[in-house]
Amino acid sequence: MEDIILKVEQLQTDFQKDNQRIRILNGVSFHISKGEILGLVGESGCGKSLTSLSIMRLFKGTSGEISGGNIFFRDEDITKVTENQMRKIRGKQIAMIFQEPMTSLNPVMKIGEQLMEPIRIHLGYNNKRAKQHAVQMLTKVGIPRSNEIMNEFPHQLSGGMRQRVMIAIAMSCNPDVLIADEPTTALDVTIQAQILDLMRKLQKEENMSMLLITHDLGVVAEMCDRVVVMYAGRVVEEASVHDLFQSPLHPYTRGLIGSVPKIGQKKDRLESIAGRVPDPSNMPKGCKFAPRCSDATAECHEKEPSMLEVEKNRYCSCWLYDKGRSLISG
Amino acid sequence: MGVLKEEVINETTINKSQYSPIKEFWKNWKRQKVAFSASLFVLLLIIIAFVGPYITPYDPYEPNYNSILQGPSSSHLAGTDEYGRDIFSRLIYGTRISLSVSFISVFFGAVVGTILGLISGFFGGFLDRIIMRSSDVMFAFPDIILAIAIIAILGPGLVNVVIAIAVFTVPSFARLIRGATLEVKETVFVEAARSMGAKKTRIIYKHIFPETFSSLMVFFTMRIGTAILAAASLSFLGLGASPGTPDWGAMLTMGRDYLGTSSHVVIMPGIAIFLTVLAFNLVGDGLRDVLDPKTKNH
Amino acid sequence: MASTILEVRGLKKSFEVKNGIFGKKKYLHAVNGLNFSVYEGETFSLVGESGCGKSTAGRLISRLIDPTAGEIWIDGEEISKWKESQLQAIRKKVQMVFQDPYASLNPRMKIRDIIAEPLVIHTKLTKKEKQRLVSEMLEVVGLNEYQGNCYAHEFSGGQRQRIGIGRALIMKPKLIIADEPVSALDVSVQSQILNLLKDLQEEFNLTYVFISHDLSVVEHISDHIGVMYLGSIVEYGPKEQIFTNPLHPYTKALLSSVPIPDPTVKREKIILKGDIPNPVNPPSGCKFHTRCPDVMEICKGKDPSLKQIHTDNHLAACHLYEKTIKNQSVIV
Repeated sequence: MEDIILKVEQLQTDFQKDNQRIRILNGVSFHISKGEILGLVGESGCGKSLTSLSIMRLFKGTSGEISGGNIFFRDEDITKVTENQMRKIRGKQIAMIFQEPMTSLNPVMKIGEQLMEPIRIHLGYNNKRAKQHAVQMLTKVGIPRSNEIMNEFPHQLSGGMRQRVMIAIAMSCNPDVLIADEPTTALDVTIQAQILDLMRKLQKEENMSMLLITHDLGVVAEMCDRVVVMYAGRVVEEASVHDLFQSPLHPYTRGLIGSVPKIGQKKDRLESIAGRVPDPSNMPKGCKFAPRCSDATAECHEKEPSMLEVEKNRYCSCWLYDKGRSLISG
Repeated sequence: MGVLKEEVINETTINKSQYSPIKEFWKNWKRQKVAFSASLFVLLLIIIAFVGPYITPYDPYEPNYNSILQGPSSSHLAGTDEYGRDIFSRLIYGTRISLSVSFISVFFGAVVGTILGLISGFFGGFLDRIIMRSSDVMFAFPDIILAIAIIAILGPGLVNVVIAIAVFTVPSFARLIRGATLEVKETVFVEAARSMGAKKTRIIYKHIFPETFSSLMVFFTMRIGTAILAAASLSFLGLGASPGTPDWGAMLTMGRDYLGTSSHVVIMPGIAIFLTVLAFNLVGDGLRDVLDPKTKNH
Repeated sequence: MASTILEVRGLKKSFEVKNGIFGKKKYLHAVNGLNFSVYEGETFSLVGESGCGKSTAGRLISRLIDPTAGEIWIDGEEISKWKESQLQAIRKKVQMVFQDPYASLNPRMKIRDIIAEPLVIHTKLTKKEKQRLVSEMLEVVGLNEYQGNCYAHEFSGGQRQRIGIGRALIMKPKLIIADEPVSALDVSVQSQILNLLKDLQEEFNLTYVFISHDLSVVEHISDHIGVMYLGSIVEYGPKEQIFTNPLHPYTKALLSSVPIPDPTVKREKIILKGDIPNPVNPPSGCKFHTRCPDVMEICKGKDPSLKQIHTDNHLAACHLYEKTIKNQSVIV
């Protein structure tokens, strides 16, 4: 695997709350290869968004801090680089798009200005060239009358158009990795279909790597090559998208997939996962999913399982699959 | 319903700690170090206001021509005035006057202003326009000018000072509460109450008013400071307490003539006013941080 | 067929939109002539994207806002012009469940009081009787007795939605209007609430008007579905018909846009062009013609009406099917 472009190893991120350090991410590891779309799934509070912010080191104004682990971009550990160097990576090599395009666009700046800024900074283009490039980018993301849009303000655009602008900004410096944090969650389904279609097209064209963070398993199934499932600040399962949906290993993944209503599937009752996500300041001992897990044994409540390669390229952190033990129940 | 129970067992066993809004407030209040100290000072002032007459070392009205205009000493902590009366005792008496005047006036201003604000914000339309335009007219005058005008009509005296301050306090409360009401009125839980068939009075009293209460408390505290200043100013102008009363503002007026020779006659009540107003404002600031953090930057 | 509990005829609502100080008055036709009936004990879903007027429709039926025109029949009574004082009777029968379980509960009230509120408003029960009913209700929606003394913020989203449902049920209503009740919840919790809603429907013979943008949820819970686009229903029918044999091009596109959580399913997606038009300035003729893949000349000039196509009770408003119908009759 020499084409690994981004590799996160045992990432730990802490937050400060009431004079207490709370570990929100604990040992998150995964990698993204060149040209691959990796899905990062989980429910709210599982730390999926924080993972992306940690990679980008976007903690400004919060007490967030990476307290352990490494993040390798190509061969460089970007947890070790200075803020100045990071600024050069951010936007140029790793770009990001967010859920709500309205809050990530500056409301009082023209679209053109916002689009040209990173182009001028990262690519060193002069005004005229930057403008040309910006218009080109807008056309590329399927915005009609791109010349006029350059002079408009974000509030004059619809949600779908704004997300296109965000994608244009993110893609303008031709990044190696695009991190998309719930890019279509705020959009209507027909618009979501447009945006996903656009993202897939651009990703193919540029052979770009993408980290797609979402709670929507449908989006994962349609977009991703591989999937990482997160729960309570940890990775619980990693598999190719086919394997994951065909035969989910971790009880959490199974519950998650079972609880989504699927069109065309006749089911009277949906499966559901009992209980709720644990509070990060009050984590259970042992496996963090054990209190909600129907397969949990006494050992699960005591000791936290570690990531195991259960089958080839299939990883899962669950005592059920630890062959060194004979505790498989039901 | 067997399945249902099973599903929720875990989810329902979480809330063990009993939350109480008062405990929560106390916990956060203790963290506000400055405001907390200021509130202790305010508490002290309130106690003084109540027990003042019993703890004064001298009679505040009793002249003593043997010790006129003496500076602070061990027998007269804050010195004496031009009649030889003990300034410290007079300040203690003045605390009661200042606090009761400001508290009563702000209280009435707040009650009327809150009711008007709730009506204005909740019902809108014609009533809203009348109330808000009237308060705009009142806002057009500086507070103190307005108070002077009212006293010009009613005549001087402490009771009329209370009325004057209450009147100019009304529009600011009305506007504050109207704004809060407009905001709360649009919340889903008010809509939910409407969908259940709750009467308007119930919605206002049960759902909207409690939501505005935090801002009300904050503003109330701040306005006490303003009212103390206003009352002192009116007394200073000779429109409030009659010259003999141990009112802080009146003491300033009396002492004005001796500013050059015995400045403590002015400085002492000045300090009293300054510290009291400061303390109330600090408490107000602290309350805002604790109760109403979203208005911090306003 | 069961009796009709709710019937809506020609329901319209327009909001005035001010365009600057000197601008002309404009109107946003949020709901533009809705017709549908809901049978007792069923779940009728209104589905559509943002701005289609589905939430406005829900608020009109519960009379939180006044309709501009049209009739609303609940349990045989026409309530669209009733005054607030008259509506008290309806407010007992019709309750709402709201989308945002965080915002729909008063943060300064204990759960017990929140659930008891309808009892306080509508009944003269003693405190003890109220408490007993509240305790029963807590159990019905799957909460513990002692949790009644907690405040809303101490609960998770799913629990809060249970509280909201408990409040809606305490008056033993006939009709519940649920406006996106699960869209703010995580999937695993969403399924808990959907199961709860189904169980309660069976237990108390409830009728739901379920408003949602999520087609997979709608398919799971509904009996009949109305698909809305820009203020009108473009297709109406039984769930099976809508999902297996969608007629209106918009319904087809909507269905194909929903991502399916199964990577083995490969479908040809219908990706609509452009955005949802601004409802203040809706397109002429059929409102969908600007995005429709099957647009014809007639669509630009004439707004099609909702008509029966092929089978009973499956209606669509589309010119594509004009010729195939022999007896053009307006139903629902």
